[in-house]
Amino acid sequence: MANTPWRRLVGGGERRWAALGLAVVVALWEVGHRVYGDFVLPSPLSTLAALGRIAASGDLWPAVVTTARDALSGFLGATLVGTLLGGIAGRSMPVRAMLQPIATMLIGVPAIAWVVLSLLWFGGSGLAATFSVSVAAGPVVFAAATQGTRTVDGGLRTMARAFRVPLGAMVADVYLPHVLSYLLPALGTVLAMSWKVAVMAELLSGAGGIGDGLAAARAEVDTAKTMAWVIVVVVLLLVVDRLVIEPVRRHFETWRRGLPGEAA
Amino acid sequence: MSQEGALAATGIGHGFAGARVLDDIELRVPKGEVLAILGPSGTGKTTLLHILGGLLVPDAGHVERPFERPAYVFQDPLLLPWRTARGNVAFGLAGKRLTRGDRLARARSMLVKVGLGHSEAGLYPHQLSGGMKKRVALARALAVEPDLLLLDEAFSALDVGLSREMQQLVRLDAQEREVTVVLVTHDLSEAVRLADQAVVLSGRPGRIVARLAIERPARLRDDAFVEAEIRRIAAIETIRDAFRPTLSI
Repeated sequence: MANTPWRRLVGGGERRWAALGLAVVVALWEVGHRVYGDFVLPSPLSTLAALGRIAASGDLWPAVVTTARDALSGFLGATLVGTLLGGIAGRSMPVRAMLQPIATMLIGVPAIAWVVLSLLWFGGSGLAATFSVSVAAGPVVFAAATQGTRTVDGGLRTMARAFRVPLGAMVADVYLPHVLSYLLPALGTVLAMSWKVAVMAELLSGAGGIGDGLAAARAEVDTAKTMAWVIVVVVLLLVVDRLVIEPVRRHFETWRRGLPGEAA
Repeated sequence: MSQEGALAATGIGHGFAGARVLDDIELRVPKGEVLAILGPSGTGKTTLLHILGGLLVPDAGHVERPFERPAYVFQDPLLLPWRTARGNVAFGLAGKRLTRGDRLARARSMLVKVGLGHSEAGLYPHQLSGGMKKRVALARALAVEPDLLLLDEAFSALDVGLSREMQQLVRLDAQEREVTVVLVTHDLSEAVRLADQAVVLSGRPGRIVARLAIERPARLRDDAFVEAEIRRIAAIETIRDAFRPTLSI
């Protein structure tokens, strides 16, 4: 093992490469700025400065809270309804046959169309964003839950039946752990999608949130401010993914073989 | 003829996708007795076991099953991959009115009985050997204190010494609590050691071609008796015929 002091200084293997990738992006950003100028691509530094100005004006925190509320409430709704219906559809052929085409149809509708429709239906209230997110994300969760429930090992189901295990334990111990291996990757994707759709809905509704901030920045033709808001969304997404999705994933997958720190 | 609490099957017939698997099966196992189902592979032994246990509804015939706590050891261990050995044994008790702590304590002591100690109890199925998984499955079945125990090749993945030990464990447990046991095996010595009676399935669809009674009480069967009995049984014409395709290699 070449454990040179230099390596120790920079940190562990994976994190080091991640940092390098990020550094490359920032460097390219700076190069782009030098080539195209302030209006097209403000420098990383002036973007940070714009972010600082937004924070100082007191706009940042309320916007973050509003967007988080919109995205997460929609995400939660999509997860609950999608998982429940998907679970039922996975066990019942008629329900599956009925719901699957509807889900496919809903996936086919562009998210922006949901935004426009929900603005017409709910007006400028926060409900428009929540609804758009739910209806855009729900079918994806549904599809994953259906597939997960369908592929539960028949032998394990027979075994549980043989031991006359009650329904609660059947769902919690036989179905859920297996379904989660389908559901968790889908939830990661859907969470990212939730932020995007929420911001989109806010941009059009003007009812506050990061999207509203973006709309204002666009009206002011302030590219640095626009990019600052983009950074806010990305950071929010990363924080929630690391803080919520990742620990959940880790918790439910301890039983899998070949995890780090395990021999076999 | 009808005794209290006997497992009885009359006129059982079954098929999968049009192919007959079992035909005209008549069985009765008095309460607390051990029945062995013998026969070459592909003669419907496992199907019959599932029908006797109520996991499968036969196309024809009727099963009388006056039991409340059936337990199974399947041919595959069928452990939950996301539960430890201890968790898997406790899972069999999920339907019982016990606290979680009681369930885990029972699981732990049953695992010790099948020779799996504290360190193995916390391992996940993929970390266990085939024989260990089989023993976890056996512990799961015994932990529910069954009144009907159905064993499908329960001792087959174990080495000789261990398989004898596990057979002993099942025999003692069954005698102590008057458990009715049905075991499927292709190992004649297993049947001779444990069973009070045995049936031999053969042919397609599987039919009962021979019935055997092993009179001596199971606890008095020593190696010499088992050997002599196997020789006696193997000499019976119908049984030789039933096993012929697999014996003449």
